[in-house]
Amino acid sequence: MPLNMIVCCKQVLDPEAPPASFKIDPSTNKVIPPPGVPPVVSPFDEQAVEAALRIKDQQGGKITVLSLGNNLLRDVVKKPLSMGADELILLEDEAFEGGDSWSIANALATAIKKIGEYDLIFCGRQAADWDAGQVGTGIAEILGIPSVTVAKKVEATDGKAKVERVIADGYQVIEVTLPALITVSNELGEARYATLKGIMAASKKQPTVWKPADIGLESSQVGTAGRRAKLLKLFQPVKEGKCEILEADTPAEAGTKLAVKLREAKVI
Amino acid sequence: MAENKGIMVYGELIDGKISSIATELLGCGRRLADELKEDLLCILVGDKLGDAPKQAVAYGADKVYTAEDPLLKEYQTDSYVAVMEKAAKDLSPRIILFGQTSVGRDLAPRLAFRLGTSLSMDCMELSIDPGTKLLHQTRSVYGGNARATFTSETFPQMATVRQKAMSPLAPDESRKGEVTPIKVELDPAKIRTKVLETVKEEVVGVKLEDAQAIVAGGRGIGGPDGFKQLEELAKVLKGAVGASRPPCDNKWVPDTMQIGLTGKIVTPELYIAVGLSGASQHLAGCSSAKNIVAINKDPEANIYKEARFGVVGDWKQILPAFTEKVKELLAG
Repeated sequence: MPLNMIVCCKQVLDPEAPPASFKIDPSTNKVIPPPGVPPVVSPFDEQAVEAALRIKDQQGGKITVLSLGNNLLRDVVKKPLSMGADELILLEDEAFEGGDSWSIANALATAIKKIGEYDLIFCGRQAADWDAGQVGTGIAEILGIPSVTVAKKVEATDGKAKVERVIADGYQVIEVTLPALITVSNELGEARYATLKGIMAASKKQPTVWKPADIGLESSQVGTAGRRAKLLKLFQPVKEGKCEILEADTPAEAGTKLAVKLREAKVI
Repeated sequence: MAENKGIMVYGELIDGKISSIATELLGCGRRLADELKEDLLCILVGDKLGDAPKQAVAYGADKVYTAEDPLLKEYQTDSYVAVMEKAAKDLSPRIILFGQTSVGRDLAPRLAFRLGTSLSMDCMELSIDPGTKLLHQTRSVYGGNARATFTSETFPQMATVRQKAMSPLAPDESRKGEVTPIKVELDPAKIRTKVLETVKEEVVGVKLEDAQAIVAGGRGIGGPDGFKQLEELAKVLKGAVGASRPPCDNKWVPDTMQIGLTGKIVTPELYIAVGLSGASQHLAGCSSAKNIVAINKDPEANIYKEARFGVVGDWKQILPAFTEKVKELLAG
C-alpha cells in the first residue's frame, strides 16, 4: 500500500567541523560559519529521509521533503532528492530566519496543511545546531496527530505504523494510528548515499518555493518575530586546566607510567 | 484566570518508586521555590503509586498531586499529556520541570505546544532573575560546542533538566506535605498509541549511570574485539564499559552503551577514553566526570582539552601494560 510521506529537513552548519573552528560573534549571539566548511542537512534529518525511503522501498509511495530557512544552498537541500525523495518544497524567506521551536514548528505545520495529503511525517529527533528536540512533536501537536519520538525502526501497514522507540535500557515497540509523526534517531542506522542516478534526477528538479504569504502567515508570525523563547546569551564555557601527558621510550612504558601517576594522584 | 504560581515538578517513577532525576528536580525546585517564596508541587502519574507521594514530600515537595488510573500504568503520550494539561490548567504553576529522560523528551514538548508555551530541553542550569522573576534556562547547544541561556514570557515556563545536573536534598521523613488526588477522566479511544512490547537490554555488572569508573571506547577501537580489552580494565576498576557513537552506529557494541548528548550522561570519578577523539557531542555525556584520562594516537584530539592525564600513542600497545600495572597497584 503506497504511502504519502513528508520529511522535514534542516540546513545546518556542519556538526562534524572540528571543535576548534567553532566561534561565536558575541555582538549578534550567532555562530560564525567556519570558512571552507559547507553547511549540510542535519544528520538526524537525513536519517528521517532514510526511514521514509525504507518504507518507500517496501511498499511504494511518495516522499516530499520540506526545508525552512533563508539562502538555502540548492546542493544541500536537494540531497534528500539525490537519496531518492520525490519532491522538494522550500519555505525560503528572510522572514523565516531566527525562529525558535515554536515559530518553526508552526510554519512547517502550516505548510504541511497546505500540502494536504499525508500518512506519515518524519523529522530528525533534534537539529544539529540548536539541539532543541521539539519541532517534530510540536508539528504533530499543531496538526492534531499522534507522535512517536526517537524511533530506530518504522514499518507501516493497514492504517497503522509499528515503531521501535529507543528507551534508556532498550526499546519499546509502539503501534500508532496513521496519520502520525515520527522523530528518528541514529539507532535507525546509516542513511544511504546519494546515487549517481539520484543526483542526476535531483539536478533536473526545481524546488517549489513558498514565502510566508504563500502559506497564509504574516511575517510577524514566523522566524524571529514569531518566537516565544528569548535567547539571552550564546557562549562557550571557558575551559580551565591542562592535560598532563605522560611520555616514555615505549608505549607500554608510558602505559605503566600512566597507571602509577593515577595512583599517585589518588585517582585509582 | 488564576495567576501562575508555584514550581511544579513531574515526579517520574521507575518501578513504582520516585526516580533519581525526580529527586534532583525536587532539590532544584526547592531552591527555586524558596527564592520565589512559592510552593513546590510534585505531580505523580501512574497506577498504584504506593509510597511515592510520601517520598516526594521527604525530598522537598510541599504539595503532591496524584493521578492514579490503570490506563496510566505505562507511559503513553496521549494519556499523560491529557493528565498534565489538566494539572497545569487547574493548578496554574509558574514553572514546570521534567527530567531529560525518555519520558521527558516526549511529554514535555507535546505539553508545551498543547499549552501554547515555550520550553527549553536538557537544561544544565536554572535560575530566577531577581528583577523579572523569570526563569533563566541554560542548556547545551551546537552539539555541546556552546551553551545558550533562554527565558520566555509565556506561562508556565517549562524546562527539562539534564540528569545529574542538579542535586537532591537529603530525604527528610519528618517533612510534612499535602497529598491530593487529581480526578482523571481518560477516554481510551483518544489514546492513539499502544505499547506492544518492551525489550530491555540485560546489563551485566554495574550500570553506566551508576558506575564510578568507566572505560569508554571510540572509533579507534576498530571493532568489537577491542572492546574485550576495555571490559577487562573495567572489571579491574569495578566499573563499566561505554562507547561514543561510532562504535554503536557500527554495531560493534549495543546502542545502550552510547555516552553523549543523545546517549547516556555519566558522572564517574574516573573516565578513561580509549581511541576516542572527544567530539563535543560525546563530551556532553562525560564532561562532568571528575577525572578524564585519554589514550589516543592523535595528539591534537579534542579529548586532550578535557582530560587531566593522557598518553599519546597506539592504545593496543599502551592499554595492556596500563591494565597490568593498575591490577598490580590495586592488589598491593
